[in-house]
Amino acid sequence: MSCCSKSWEEVQAAGRAALPESVVEYIEKCRGLPHPESRLISVLHKVQGHFGYLGREQMDAVAQLLQVPAAKVTGVATFYHFFRLQPRGRFVITVCMGTACYVKGAERVADRLREELGIDFGETTKDGMFTLESAHCLGTCGLAPVITIEEGVFGQVTPDQIPGLLEKTIRESRT
Amino acid sequence: MNDLKWINLTIDDSPVRVPPGTTIMEAAETIGVHIPRLCYDPHLSLQGSCRVCIVEVEGFPYYMTSCSVEVAEGMKVRTNSPDIRRARRDIVELLLDNHPRECQTCERDGNCELQRLAYAMGVRERLFEGERKTFPVDNSGRSVVRDSEKCILCGRCVRVCSEIQGVHNLSQHGRGFYTVVTPAHGANMDDSVCIQCGQCINVCPTASLLEQNHTDLVWEALADPGKHVVVQTAPSIRAALGEGFGLEPGTPCTGKMVTALRRLGFDAVFDTDLGADLTIVEEANEFLHRMKSGPLPMLTSCSPGWINFLEKFYPELIPNASTCRSPMTMTSALVKTFYAQTTGRKPEDIFCVAVMPCVAKKYEAHRPEHRLGEIPMTDAVLTTRELIWMIKSYGIDFTALPDGDFDAPLGIASGAGDIFGTTGGVMEATLRTAEEKLTGRLGRRLEFVEVRGVEDLREAEVKLGDHTVSVAVANGLVNAKTVLDRVMSGEKQYHIIEIMACPGGCVGGGGQPYPPPGYGILDPRLLAKRASALYSVDERRAVRRSHENPALKVIYDTFLGEPGSEKSRELLHTSYSPKYPRGIK
Repeated sequence: MSCCSKSWEEVQAAGRAALPESVVEYIEKCRGLPHPESRLISVLHKVQGHFGYLGREQMDAVAQLLQVPAAKVTGVATFYHFFRLQPRGRFVITVCMGTACYVKGAERVADRLREELGIDFGETTKDGMFTLESAHCLGTCGLAPVITIEEGVFGQVTPDQIPGLLEKTIRESRT
Repeated sequence: MNDLKWINLTIDDSPVRVPPGTTIMEAAETIGVHIPRLCYDPHLSLQGSCRVCIVEVEGFPYYMTSCSVEVAEGMKVRTNSPDIRRARRDIVELLLDNHPRECQTCERDGNCELQRLAYAMGVRERLFEGERKTFPVDNSGRSVVRDSEKCILCGRCVRVCSEIQGVHNLSQHGRGFYTVVTPAHGANMDDSVCIQCGQCINVCPTASLLEQNHTDLVWEALADPGKHVVVQTAPSIRAALGEGFGLEPGTPCTGKMVTALRRLGFDAVFDTDLGADLTIVEEANEFLHRMKSGPLPMLTSCSPGWINFLEKFYPELIPNASTCRSPMTMTSALVKTFYAQTTGRKPEDIFCVAVMPCVAKKYEAHRPEHRLGEIPMTDAVLTTRELIWMIKSYGIDFTALPDGDFDAPLGIASGAGDIFGTTGGVMEATLRTAEEKLTGRLGRRLEFVEVRGVEDLREAEVKLGDHTVSVAVANGLVNAKTVLDRVMSGEKQYHIIEIMACPGGCVGGGGQPYPPPGYGILDPRLLAKRASALYSVDERRAVRRSHENPALKVIYDTFLGEPGSEKSRELLHTSYSPKYPRGIK
């Protein structure tokens, strides 16, 4: 990689090509304001809003266009829980790992999901269908253990219900 | 000072009177109380993350970090109450609980700040056994090796990289237990904007950052009867090597160093100062051409960290950089051509070792530009630290050694070569030669004190006969940025700019010994002492102008031809190219 050479214009052009026009415009606006580097988090929110996650190419583009060191960009992106570094699947499954859910067997539900999907928390299936996430508490402890699939909330889930729930989700996505 | 409202407080019952704005830690130092610390350094910004420097302040229910809290009138501070001693010891214990128990096999055993601190705090047993962070060692870098398991997250490397070097390569990534210091995207050092200067190694309190070790390569070559092993030493080695053996900083030890290298088994001991003299002669020739046809300013090219910075951060200025290879690579090139020919050896039978104050030299030695066909010009690069270890490991009583002399002809050098090791030295050496080349008559001046000093950035207008040469000297790349931005914007015009990547120049290089007792990291007093050793060596030399070095005359007459000849261009000059990832200025 260190063999490649790019002129400044090429670096800038590559940066602009990696981001949607609205984000490029926003960054340019920030550059005109005092302390443009302080807008890093809001720029990253916009990038994630568009792509669903922060890709390496996009973070490098933000660094070059906003003129913030790349290590700073990735430092911030990896610090905050909200920022995602992997593409998001079509359906995000969130397992509540709060105290009540945990006591009621959330770990076993999570194990079954890991097994069925072949991925760990924070990962996405190869076909781009599912992303598995954990939450500290979803605030519906009475339904423990709880999982959500996108907007749908499922309570008192047992590991054996998992294959059926996944199939139902895939089936409904086709109609 | 009289109209200042001084602050009165007590520290451990002793009255202290200091100006407002003084921190508790600084106030304690004025009465000889050294509060333990880890992440704090006066040359870097405040971080306050290690909590080792906590003190008790009467009236406050919590402990305060003395590095960051400013004194107030009537404050009563306790630095060593039983409670604070226990709390401080607990903090260090907790750092150790997440640190590998590898002291005996660690590169920094006996030279580790964490180890020293744990001893001083009275940690004598490990109370907690739990999960420890696990990270793979990044051994991929040509210069810098990163072992995040040994990292205690003090953040000094992050701060030196951004605040002193302006490179911003390192940052803390992730959070909590999983926090790790890496370049962007967790990349390897060589795939990042790292310029390989090694200042992160110098400021690391543990062995989390180290140079890529070449000692095994060297032992192996020394033991190989088929290899003719030669060594060259950079100017600044003689100014710092003694520190490794308890000598007072600033003690020049050229003679003992040469003898030690012979005892280690090197077949010939040469002086990189000769390469420095060659650099000056070639650079002066190049400069005269540039005076006629540009581009100016000419930027010096001796510091490999700076060259990496140029290629990643200021590729627009590549045409301004002198095409001269560094003194190390020039010397190596001559070892494998001129020396090989005159001694009837094949270049591939010669193993060329360079002892450098620098870790970027390890990267430089590996560059494809610095090869002779299939073989590298320089085979291995040892830092000053690695050489100290080799001498100790061999059981050599360094301080008792008699003085030795470098071998001819590649060990013959002028005083101008010696001062290459300190900031401003290359400039002074250049001016000594340029005077004669520009005016066409014998030089009158030897010492150009206006370019001396250890400050970050110096400018001068130097009169050489009828010519006025405008020069700038910068060390530490944040200062280089300042000068280069002035050049880019057209705000200032210079003829020559000397840039050294490391603070103080090579005397403060990333491969130099860790500070001896009584000195801190990035300590200007230590840098000035090392620099003064070089000026004293220069003063005692019979020949102090590079172009008057008698060995150079022989080399040019019998081998190279003249400065700038085709052969010189092939062996002594190189080219640069923009590199990616591009750094953010």
